[in-house]
Amino acid sequence: MINDDSARDDSRTKFNRRNFLAGVAVAGAAVTSAPGAKAATSPDAPAAPPPRPSALPPNAKMAAAETGTPQEIKGHEGGKPGSDFMVDVIKTLDIKYLPCNPASSFRALHESLIDYGANKQPEFLTCMHEESAVGMAHGYFKASGKPLMTLVHGTVGLQHAAMGIYNAWCDRVPVIVIGGNDMDAAHRPPGVPTFHSAQDINALVRDFTKWDDTPTSPQHFAQSFVRMYKTAMTPPYGPVMMSLDAGLQQEPIRDYGGEKLYIPRYVPSSPPQGDTGAVKEAARLLANAERPVIVVDRAARTPNGIKLLVELAEALQAAVVDMGGRMNFPKTHYLNRPPNVVGQADVIIGMELSDFWGVVNGYVDNGEHGIGFNESKIKPGTKLISINSVELITKSNYQDFQRFQVVDVSMPADAEATLPALIEAVKSAIPDSRKDAIAKRGDAFRKASANGRENVKKAAAIAWDASPISTARLVMETWNQIKDLDWSLVASEGNVSNWPNRLWPMEKHHHWLGRSGGYGVGYGAPASIGAALANRDLGRFSVSFQSDGDLMYAPGVLWTAARHKIPLLAVMHNNRGYHQEVMHIQRLANFRNRVAYLGNDMAPLGTSIENPDIEYHKLAQSMGWWAKGPIKDPAELGPAIKEAIAVVKSGQPALLNVWTQPR
Amino acid sequence: MQFSVRTLAVVAALVLGSGAASAASAEKGRKAFVTNGCWQCHGFEGQGSAVTSNGTVLSGTELPLEAFEGFVRGSNRAMPPYREAILSSADLADMYAFLQSVPKPPAVESIQLLK
Ligand code: HEC
Repeated sequence: MINDDSARDDSRTKFNRRNFLAGVAVAGAAVTSAPGAKAATSPDAPAAPPPRPSALPPNAKMAAAETGTPQEIKGHEGGKPGSDFMVDVIKTLDIKYLPCNPASSFRALHESLIDYGANKQPEFLTCMHEESAVGMAHGYFKASGKPLMTLVHGTVGLQHAAMGIYNAWCDRVPVIVIGGNDMDAAHRPPGVPTFHSAQDINALVRDFTKWDDTPTSPQHFAQSFVRMYKTAMTPPYGPVMMSLDAGLQQEPIRDYGGEKLYIPRYVPSSPPQGDTGAVKEAARLLANAERPVIVVDRAARTPNGIKLLVELAEALQAAVVDMGGRMNFPKTHYLNRPPNVVGQADVIIGMELSDFWGVVNGYVDNGEHGIGFNESKIKPGTKLISINSVELITKSNYQDFQRFQVVDVSMPADAEATLPALIEAVKSAIPDSRKDAIAKRGDAFRKASANGRENVKKAAAIAWDASPISTARLVMETWNQIKDLDWSLVASEGNVSNWPNRLWPMEKHHHWLGRSGGYGVGYGAPASIGAALANRDLGRFSVSFQSDGDLMYAPGVLWTAARHKIPLLAVMHNNRGYHQEVMHIQRLANFRNRVAYLGNDMAPLGTSIENPDIEYHKLAQSMGWWAKGPIKDPAELGPAIKEAIAVVKSGQPALLNVWTQPR
Repeated sequence: MQFSVRTLAVVAALVLGSGAASAASAEKGRKAFVTNGCWQCHGFEGQGSAVTSNGTVLSGTELPLEAFEGFVRGSNRAMPPYREAILSSADLADMYAFLQSVPKPPAVESIQLLK
């Protein structure tokens, strides 16, 4: 919550700078749609051309207005507030929810949304941190394919939101962010609201948003809002930002020389498809390969992406490595193979990989003097093909583009949109003489797949009865009770050794929603609640593995879930530390031949979350969740999950605080 | 460069031949496994993890003690080495005894949830 109780001075409405200036312009009535009515969606041409800016010296009245002390203008007419028209615009885009932490810089739009807009499309969801709001929108999109918008206080709120926006950027997820900003330095309230204003709030996130704007008129808002929605929703998806002047929201719509306001119609852009020649060349390489491997990360944007990938893999009888940015390929399919199969490949096609270099190279954090070394994971001469839409939006500052990897065929294009053409091209490029050999490849994969499954189970059995509870046990006790539901694993944070992806028969797009993208900790709790909201409306059961460190970034989101009745089963992977950091410090101490200092903790000082232990179950209970814990005995876990599931089925969130092994 | 440091360590240990751990204590070893940070990547039971020990399981290790120690001292890949200055051979022998004392895991077929 932003501590901001010095509201805009009422006298300001008496002296309204826009009306004041409008007095100089030609008068006329602004036309906007009526409350509740369906907003106009076609761009009507204005009746008369708008007045041109004048290069003539200002007349006396104008000069006085710009240099003198403002005088009150009596009897301003009021009229439709700018923010009501903004609500008309927003309503045309079918945005269902608005997770948001309130703030004065968008109070006008807030008031319009709930009173004029009747709190529908979007419905306001009270959040306790802007990072939670963005995280919820992030998770919601991945479960539903629909973007949400959020409003943030321009400076302080946006700084809170920034980490979430960076995660969304790296995870290629659209989030519509509007930051309130009181731009008129001469007339905005002094004090707190002025601390909370900036010339260009968008600069804060410009490096990791697809587009941003600062509209200066209601019509400008309408164009920019539809444009930002369209930009965010064109693959590669990404967050977008608008700085929205408090004055523009609050003041009655001024007259622009009789110009009629209109709301541009949203027409989705088609995703970019790979060049025909490049598709053909890729198909030729794949069809003639002895051991082609398909590596996918965010290739399946939609459920249809999974079907297309199965079709391509089966046509080639090629191994598929799913890096897990999304649910790309059924885990139950015999062609689903682990990442080390790239070592045998002669042709590798990578689709929407966040790190192609990392797929074909290894980095070992243990070289001479403790500086890591690199090594290739593939045979020399392996041909590499890339389809990656992110190349179309690469920026310079933040390094989410990863190391540079040379490839033989490079398509800056959307993988899912390119797949139909690629499948056709592959099918027609396979020579008759190779069809038998290709079919035979499948037999070897069936065998390898069955063996692989057995080995994973054997590994899961080790430390099965351990206390703290093994991550394999945690994951399988959970699975046992959700397997007959239409489940969705909405987040799996803190690393449970990837057991869900290795042991659960994930097949549907919503079975696995991927990770945070930017690995900014604090994503898991809000994203799982946002995804659970989408799943609630779609009739699915949501479950998350919630880590301790992640939850404590902004635990207030638990209250938001209880407040808005968002059912979620959060099973904690509470290993009582920032475990990645635990290992990093140990590693450095070893390199330097020093004993890592533990203090009174179990792990190097500064990395443990113990002394005292956090009672997450009580934390959750205090915010309206059903919760239980700490559960340390594996025999108690199954019955506790059962109880929790009954609660979740009744429409409430439930949390189990489970003490676990580190990974 | 794919050769295994483990192989080298085993060979080195066999050539050099370090002392037997006659007085090793599994109980002390369990504690040493925690205070020296082995649990971080290998789990409290030495069960390992696909992400932090490359799937290596230490409980019931079949490595001879010499090779075990050789690896810990000389690892130059995913595991950071522990030299004598920060970890004594006596502690390592205790840990080895502890890892040998961890009960064998139940058979997969006996676990209902893994069927
Ligand atoms: C920072 C993580 C980390 C820590 C801490 C760590 N290990 Fe390891 N250890 C590994 C990894 C990773 C491997 C697998 C090495 C590989 O694949 O090259 C491994 C392998 C081993 C092996 C080889 C086992 C085999 O069968 O090949 C031994 C023995 C071992 N560790 C003992 C220890 C002991 C004892 C400690 C504590 C004194 C310890 N490790 C601490 C990460 C760690």
